[in-house]
Amino acid sequence: MEQRPIVAELKGITKRFPGIVANDNISLQLRKGEIHALLGENGAGKSTLMNILFGLYQPDEGHIEINGSPVVIDGAGKAIELRIGMVHQHFKLVKPFTVAENIILGNEPTKGATIDIKSANERVKQISEQYGLKVDPRVKIEDITVGMQQRVEILKTLYRGADILIFDEPTAVLTVQEIEELIVILRNLAREGKSIILITHKLKEIMEIADTCTVIRRGKVIGSVSVKESNERQLAEMMVGRSVSFQVDKQKSKPGKPVLEVKDLVVPGEHGKPVVDHVTFDIRAGEVFGIAGVDGNGQTQLIEAITGMRKASGGSVKVLGKELLGTSVRTVTEAGVSHIPEDRHKHGLVLDFSVSENMVLNNYYKEPFTHKGLLNYKAMDENAKKLAEQFDVRMSGIHTEARSLSGGNQQKAIIARELTRDPELIIAVQPTRGLDVGAIEFVHKQLIEARNAGKAVLLVSFELEELYGLSDRLAVIYEGRFMGQMEADEKNEEQIGLMMAGNAMGAAAGHTG
Amino acid sequence: MQRLNQIFTKQSTYVPILAIILGLIVGAIVMWMGGFNPFEAYKAMLVKIFGTTYDFGEAIRQVTPLIFTGLSVAFAFRAGLFNIGAEGQFIMGMTAATWVGINTDLPWFIHLPLAVLAGGLAGAIWSGLAGWLKASRGINEVISTIMLNWIAYYFANFMVRVVMIEKGQNRSQDVLPSASASIDWLSALMDNARVHWGTVIALLCSGIFYYILWKTRQGYELRASGHNADAAFYAGINVKGSIVKAMMISGAFAGLGGAFEILGVFKSMAVMNAQPGYGFDGIAVSLLGGNNPFGIVFGAILFGFLSYGSQGMNFELEVPNEIIRIVIGSVIFFVASHGIVKWFLKPFFKKRREEKKGAA
Amino acid sequence: MDLLAQLINTTLVFSTALILAALGGIFSERSGVVNIGLEGLMIVGAFSAAVFTYFSSEWGFGGGSPWFGLLMAVVCGVVFSLLHAVASISLKANQVIIGVVINILALGATIYLVKSLFDGQGQSENLTGIAFTKWNIPVLSDIPFIGEALFKAYPTTYICYVLVFLSWFVLYRTRFGLRLRAVGEHPGAADTVGISVTKYRYIGVMLSGAFAGLGGAAISLTTTYDFSHTTISGQGFIAIAAIIFGRWHPIGAAGAALFFGFAQALRFQAQLFEWSKAIPNEFLYMLPYVLTLLLLAFAAGKNRAPAAAGEPYDPGKR
Repeated sequence: MEQRPIVAELKGITKRFPGIVANDNISLQLRKGEIHALLGENGAGKSTLMNILFGLYQPDEGHIEINGSPVVIDGAGKAIELRIGMVHQHFKLVKPFTVAENIILGNEPTKGATIDIKSANERVKQISEQYGLKVDPRVKIEDITVGMQQRVEILKTLYRGADILIFDEPTAVLTVQEIEELIVILRNLAREGKSIILITHKLKEIMEIADTCTVIRRGKVIGSVSVKESNERQLAEMMVGRSVSFQVDKQKSKPGKPVLEVKDLVVPGEHGKPVVDHVTFDIRAGEVFGIAGVDGNGQTQLIEAITGMRKASGGSVKVLGKELLGTSVRTVTEAGVSHIPEDRHKHGLVLDFSVSENMVLNNYYKEPFTHKGLLNYKAMDENAKKLAEQFDVRMSGIHTEARSLSGGNQQKAIIARELTRDPELIIAVQPTRGLDVGAIEFVHKQLIEARNAGKAVLLVSFELEELYGLSDRLAVIYEGRFMGQMEADEKNEEQIGLMMAGNAMGAAAGHTG
Repeated sequence: MQRLNQIFTKQSTYVPILAIILGLIVGAIVMWMGGFNPFEAYKAMLVKIFGTTYDFGEAIRQVTPLIFTGLSVAFAFRAGLFNIGAEGQFIMGMTAATWVGINTDLPWFIHLPLAVLAGGLAGAIWSGLAGWLKASRGINEVISTIMLNWIAYYFANFMVRVVMIEKGQNRSQDVLPSASASIDWLSALMDNARVHWGTVIALLCSGIFYYILWKTRQGYELRASGHNADAAFYAGINVKGSIVKAMMISGAFAGLGGAFEILGVFKSMAVMNAQPGYGFDGIAVSLLGGNNPFGIVFGAILFGFLSYGSQGMNFELEVPNEIIRIVIGSVIFFVASHGIVKWFLKPFFKKRREEKKGAA
Repeated sequence: MDLLAQLINTTLVFSTALILAALGGIFSERSGVVNIGLEGLMIVGAFSAAVFTYFSSEWGFGGGSPWFGLLMAVVCGVVFSLLHAVASISLKANQVIIGVVINILALGATIYLVKSLFDGQGQSENLTGIAFTKWNIPVLSDIPFIGEALFKAYPTTYICYVLVFLSWFVLYRTRFGLRLRAVGEHPGAADTVGISVTKYRYIGVMLSGAFAGLGGAAISLTTTYDFSHTTISGQGFIAIAAIIFGRWHPIGAAGAALFFGFAQALRFQAQLFEWSKAIPNEFLYMLPYVLTLLLLAFAAGKNRAPAAAGEPYDPGKR
């Protein structure tokens, strides 16, 4: 196939933030009708680069050319004028507004003084049919699924006549089925002459859809390759800078006594439907139990119910034989449960507290940290120093605010705290979210070591590879129910995928009884 | 040392000082526009404060309730709460102390502490009510405390006018001498300025403030809840309980302030035709003081002196004493919009950096 | 029966200011800026209306004086609200604190000016004979009971109801309203389609200044006929409660404000029944505030505040 025309070119883009060069002399070419993947780890600079293309940031050096002419994109409005559209990872949708209202926002058709909602609805319907993105214009965003919300995001760009579409981590929040639908949509768009940039770190998807892949590491372009002529291993090496093993070193587990016994757990949800629906499972000492599933299927509520952060309406949760349902968070913690939370900023740390104060977040009230009601800062400091050394937490001092640590170090601090309390059960939810490869390897090692030392580990993750790498047994959660439980040794990926999308056939096939 | 560094960040010392200067300038401009001479006015103010021992003693008297309400607002703020109700809690403290002061007859070493405690307790309960409403029903404490301010105000007037009234007068009966908190010998030395034990207790309270928040386990929980209620919940802290506790302690400070205002200064309670305003000034003091005990004492001294001194401006030059409200309002404005203050400071720091570069 | 009609009439009088202030608060909060300073803005409005009306009648404006006063109340309210806007939006200060500052500054500045303008006395000159009197709508005001209750009101009340309808219309039927609401719910969404978050928030706050100023003027020009430190006593905060009850919707807030106005009217006409005469005045004065508190405690329902209200918009946060 002969070379298609270049629709967008980034030449020598450099962008600096205090203390870091986010983009370092980056050049990239986007051709008409191509799907161009932008691959890099968290913090590599992909988002910054795309924000520059979309006009949210200005480059310090370098310039952009659209269709051969140099342009200055000084805001989202200008980008839209240049027919650049962005489908954000965190949707920019107004929840109480309807689909149509969100799409027309800023570009509303009017009839006299009022908004002409009827013609807006019609236009939306028209575009949605043209591109195969089925939505009902009159429904409110808060009432539709995540997959449909993404389609609304896409329609927003198409409504404004975008020819260049930037997709930021589009598959992060989709079910397996929705991902397949998205792939079809992307191919359609490319066929209609749209040029697409796909920001992602998912190698498999790149291999499946993209034509070209540009790899960025630490702000610099490592290379641009044709996907057909490459493979996952090569891309991964370019992304990380060394050869990457996808396997975690793990011997077979030797499970001991049951540590966590969950029976028939029910957590009420909105509109009468339970968000955790009669879940039953056990975890034994010395094993890792993983829960797979797309975000939003009840994992969060399940963990909250087990840790005492949310009320359940039925069932039982026992740790080492002790019934914990209905008790307080503190009781659960004292029963020997550690919790590495999903959201380290919301739950895991008090960012305004010092590292030292954060290291005792779950046990500040125990000796030696509290003596006769008074805090013992010296003991807290010693504890913090010890943990930081043990777990290689990098910071400027134990008295600095936790806020000043990098994401990776914050997570390490939380893990240090949770693993050294000598728990029987470790609950880890998305423990490697947002971390770079080095930190991810570290966290995985810690969890396996804990499991080898006889602890029980409950792992919730949205990354199947992580689950397969760490778990001894797996369950799939869909709409609050466990669709199946199985050994993680069997490479049942396809079955797992089906179960994650709610397909009961997958469950029947993989169920070990 | 590093703990002190945490409480006093660079920002929290430069910004208030600059804000005060800017506030005084605003006041000067307003006065000048009204045809007054700001220099004369500020001079009259200083003379009024420091001119005689009587004045100085009275100025200290004016400062005292501000320390209490400043601590009150700041304590709640540290726990993540906006206690706009220090005003009502102060009033409840006044009322309770007056009632105990009038209606019980006990030897002074029981009577006085009892009346003081009654005041503190009344403030604690009144504030705790708002705390409970927030913890159990999620009601924003800004609105509930403001409503409670008005309810307290009318309730107090009722108590004075109907229950504790001095016949033929528009105020309550006097509290018994056994409930007086005046320091008589010191007063005599200062030309009968109304100095009282409340000042000492206020300073003590600032120490208690520091102690509770940074030395006790309870304080750890309150501060955690204030910074990040979600993380506190995750940590097993009873966040709702913390809210109520924090509001109660906060209200106790305000209530004590009210108690001493009666027991140490006025000895009886008048029917009010407006809310006294100490609670709102407490907000100013706590903001100015960076919500830390040392800063609050300093802020209270500043505002108390300014308020007292404004009488001098009024008397000598007929400047309406609301000018102080304008100064105070402006100061808080500048503290809260510290962006604008830092904008002033930038040239100073830039020059420093360039000098350092040149020297290197 | 006659008393009841009068009660309704008085309710309309007292609720006018509350409704106006509530409408203003809605525009501000819907754009994402929390406004605790409605009280202060009402104070500025009441002051401006009283003072400008007085002086314009001295200068011979005659019957136009109160209208001029009303206009100036709106202008001064907008100007004063800029303090809130600049601090909260451009300087990203804490919106609650700035609101409190507005209240302190408003009272201080207005009383200071009153004392400066009127020879040291604490209130402005009385406006009887100069300010608004009730308008009897021809024909409708003659209907027994309803006429007395609804159609013999001050012009400010009639303006108020027109504004309620206009506010609803603008918020829910026009482009401006859609964009304003978007800015308050999800400023990022608005920003990325090219809508200026700053511009709409400034407008929202300025509208609150205009409406609250109007509300304050309604009081000094129809009820108190002058301005002093007691003219505005809590109405701004009751308006906030009305906004919460009304779920940030103009019609809902107006309804809630009517209810609070009713409570105020009750205390005004306390001599309604024999037994009410025995209640000490102070408890009647407390009534609006107690009622607000009780309603908040038991009937407020789910918090439907605009999702982004209270947080300065930081485009860097993704």
